[in-house]
Amino acid sequence: MKSIPGEMEESTVEYEVVVGLEIHAELATKSKIYCGCTTEFGGEPNTHCCPGCIGMPGTLPVLNKAVVDYAIKAGLATNCEISSFSRQDRKHYFYPDLAKAYQISQCDYPLCRNGYLDIEVDGEKKRIGITRIHIEEDAGKLIHDESGNGTYVDYNRSGVPLIEIVTEPDMRSSAEVKAFFEKLKAILEYTAVSDCKMQEGSLRADINLSVRPKGQKEFGVRTEMKNLNSIRAIVRAVEFEAKRQILELEYGGVIERETRRWDDVKGESYSMRTKEDATDYRYMPDPDLYPIYVDQAWIEQIRATIPELPDDRKKRFISEFGIPEYDASIITASKTLADFFEAAAKDSKNAKAISNWVMGDLMKKLNDTGLEPSDIPFTPGNLTKLVSLIDENVISGKIAKQVFDIMWDTGEDPADIVEKKGLKVVTDTEAIRSVIIKVITANPKSVEDYKSGKTKAMGFLIGQVMRETKGKADPQAVNRLLKEELDKI
Amino acid sequence: MKLTDLTASMAAEKIKKREISVIELTKAYLERIDELNGTIGAYITVCAEQALRQAESVQKKLDSGEDILPLAGIPAGLKDNICTKDVKTTCASKMLDNFLPPYDATVTKKLSESDVIVLGKLNMDEFAMGSSNENSWYMPVKNPLDHERVPGGSSGGAAAAVASHMSCFALGSDTGGSIRQPASFCGVVGLKPTYGAVSRFGLIAFASSLDQIGPITKDVVDCAMVMNIIAGHDPLDSTSVDINYPDYTTFLNNDVKGLRIGLPKEYFGSGLHEEVKEKILDAVKAYESYGAIIEEVSLPFTEYAIPAYYIISSAEASSNLARYDGIKYGYRAKEYSDIIDLYKKTRSEGFGTEVKRRIMLGTYALSSGYYDAYYKKALKVRRLIFEDFQKAYQKVDVILGPTSPATAFKLGEKTANPLEMYLGDIYTVSVNIAGLCAISLSCGFDSKGLPIGMQLIGKPFDEGTLIRAAYTYESNTGKSGVTNCGI
Repeated sequence: MKSIPGEMEESTVEYEVVVGLEIHAELATKSKIYCGCTTEFGGEPNTHCCPGCIGMPGTLPVLNKAVVDYAIKAGLATNCEISSFSRQDRKHYFYPDLAKAYQISQCDYPLCRNGYLDIEVDGEKKRIGITRIHIEEDAGKLIHDESGNGTYVDYNRSGVPLIEIVTEPDMRSSAEVKAFFEKLKAILEYTAVSDCKMQEGSLRADINLSVRPKGQKEFGVRTEMKNLNSIRAIVRAVEFEAKRQILELEYGGVIERETRRWDDVKGESYSMRTKEDATDYRYMPDPDLYPIYVDQAWIEQIRATIPELPDDRKKRFISEFGIPEYDASIITASKTLADFFEAAAKDSKNAKAISNWVMGDLMKKLNDTGLEPSDIPFTPGNLTKLVSLIDENVISGKIAKQVFDIMWDTGEDPADIVEKKGLKVVTDTEAIRSVIIKVITANPKSVEDYKSGKTKAMGFLIGQVMRETKGKADPQAVNRLLKEELDKI
Repeated sequence: MKLTDLTASMAAEKIKKREISVIELTKAYLERIDELNGTIGAYITVCAEQALRQAESVQKKLDSGEDILPLAGIPAGLKDNICTKDVKTTCASKMLDNFLPPYDATVTKKLSESDVIVLGKLNMDEFAMGSSNENSWYMPVKNPLDHERVPGGSSGGAAAAVASHMSCFALGSDTGGSIRQPASFCGVVGLKPTYGAVSRFGLIAFASSLDQIGPITKDVVDCAMVMNIIAGHDPLDSTSVDINYPDYTTFLNNDVKGLRIGLPKEYFGSGLHEEVKEKILDAVKAYESYGAIIEEVSLPFTEYAIPAYYIISSAEASSNLARYDGIKYGYRAKEYSDIIDLYKKTRSEGFGTEVKRRIMLGTYALSSGYYDAYYKKALKVRRLIFEDFQKAYQKVDVILGPTSPATAFKLGEKTANPLEMYLGDIYTVSVNIAGLCAISLSCGFDSKGLPIGMQLIGKPFDEGTLIRAAYTYESNTGKSGVTNCGI
């Protein structure tokens, strides 16, 4: 096998990447799955715990019905069949953060199965299958002492309810993975099944990936990358791993069935363990819990609580607000952002302008600061007002950008900002005229140029007037008055 | 007659009539424990101070004229796998030698709400695994009737304490006969309630689908009274069944006329000790003379009960006992090089031989590639055994047979051969596998003077019929209770 990738000759084989995802989402229930402890994130270590959370002997699990409600909701929103009979199983392995040395999960009889989501990449529609959704409990987490003196366990997260969503190996590119993941995330947010805060770990993905020569029926050997916790990391991990596997094959190597860890800082994955030393989980039905029976009435009751989902909302935004399809898909991908837009647009005469602000300056701010749409520091009403200030010619578009920045920093009402900072457009003709006369007097050369037919000089003179008025002069008025004054000469 | 000779119902009566005080009764038991526990080894922990404090407060209630509950002031012991808040709960294991539960089991709570005085925690086979109480990390329990013999297990401490009058009654747990067999060996009454009738919350699990807490008492009357306290639905236990539980004392009727009693032919075959068989058949005749109808029934899958039981119970045990890893509570090995070494040493040093044997057995049965051949097959057998009983109950109301094939054996006699020890559970394990209820009561003695237990097996949630049948026998023969367990 060659060792220097640079030496590789142009490959004649075209490869296809095959990806399936396993996505863990923390449910937004108030209490844990098998006890009454709070699911709130954070807290001093081991303060959101009861004897059950730390697996004390004699304690027993009692299933929180809300967990089943939420999981059914997720299943219905992703077109799954809801099992009338499902079972909770014990999955055994030893690790200090797993209090009982088994995790209560679902093995053979998951709550939801055979669902799908439709995605669209570069205008092409595609259906991604969802194999199953099951409920399970989260584990605690290890805290390594910074001074290196030891490792501690925090069981606050132990027993927080999760759903695991397993897809079919239907995705063929990082773009498809991204589209699917974003769609799923949006649905979980819309249905309020999960808060989807990826930075807090409430939504994370495992990537199963293999490659094969295009046209080959059989799947290649797959690897698994665990616990990816940002969309960017998911995309990069898919791209890296696909490339790694293709290179490996191109150099005559073989892909090993293994678990790999994604290092987001280095931007590469490395092997954690091969399948040979994989654990035998010794699944067994949990004898402390009876099977879950779900009847049609229960399903219908949950179905009635499902709100408008991203696809429907997108269609409605297009027809109701007349915004472009592209804008509508971006905005509706986040429920909070869509809520923000809708609240701002419904009271505005210019929904398209609202959409432009959201798509442009607002998204840029969010990207730059790394904040979530729920963190937007001003109200939708303020954005509505900002747009109408522009439309009513109270401020210029350029000034509006300044106002927007101040709104972002202070959360103040744009009208107040304009008032306080004196940013109103100067429409007073006499005031503008006196500035124009001043500019004309100061720039005889440009006036001459204009008179001799060089229209460019007009632009320069307008610029000078705007500069004198700190951008507040009404541009149309400046244009008209400047012409008038020049014609007089 | 000593105060400790009284049954719970008799002592309760005297307390109510102010003939005796709760404090003097409690003291009498504590003195009895002082005198005998060193020899018998029934208690792991004695809560003398706490018991006396509780006795004083119950007596105060009485003195102030408050209405008191039927068993108020009665001293009792709890098997040491039943959690008691801030009182060491060890499961007779080195692993939990230092374990102080921060909570009470539901039954513990119910007893204290009924003003029962808790004397202490009773010895047992480690994690309830065993039939002789020789698997205790602390000390083996001795049969009060013959100190060279075992009291049975795993609730050996509970049965021995009641038989030797170191407690007025006790709560044990029964996974495959652990209440009934020691009750039989010690000549007392032991009831395994229907699965789901008594909350398992706070019972340290051995095999969750088989474990049930139940009373060990001096007589059948006490058994009914204790059941009134402990039976009932508990929202903290998902397997607890939500039905209306009767007042069990209403079944204390000396009347079995027309009661159909089934004798399973498989329970009287080879392996059953001749002297035991004789006494059981005497009891059958007695029932006939009280007006019961005797019929032969068949439970053809009986021979598969032991293997199915040991696979299911060991599989569940391997899972339930995985949590003892030295991280959160309990024993932790002193020296270890890394986390895997910590697990290995902690579990090697913390568990005894029998517990390790069952963990290995259960782990194997659940392993990938063996699951279907062992665990899944055992679950199928479980179903068939249940159906055996269903068929039998179409013909009869209760099933009668021996509790154990032989009387109490000698200490050390069977420790070398675990399989032989397991085979002694032949008549009791099916009841747990099928989730039924069963009572063991004394029906005579063998030539060595050792008690023989008969077992009555009832339909699910038909403890009432068992109590009626057992009470009838006891009333007519006087075989249980104060007459035969005073030493």
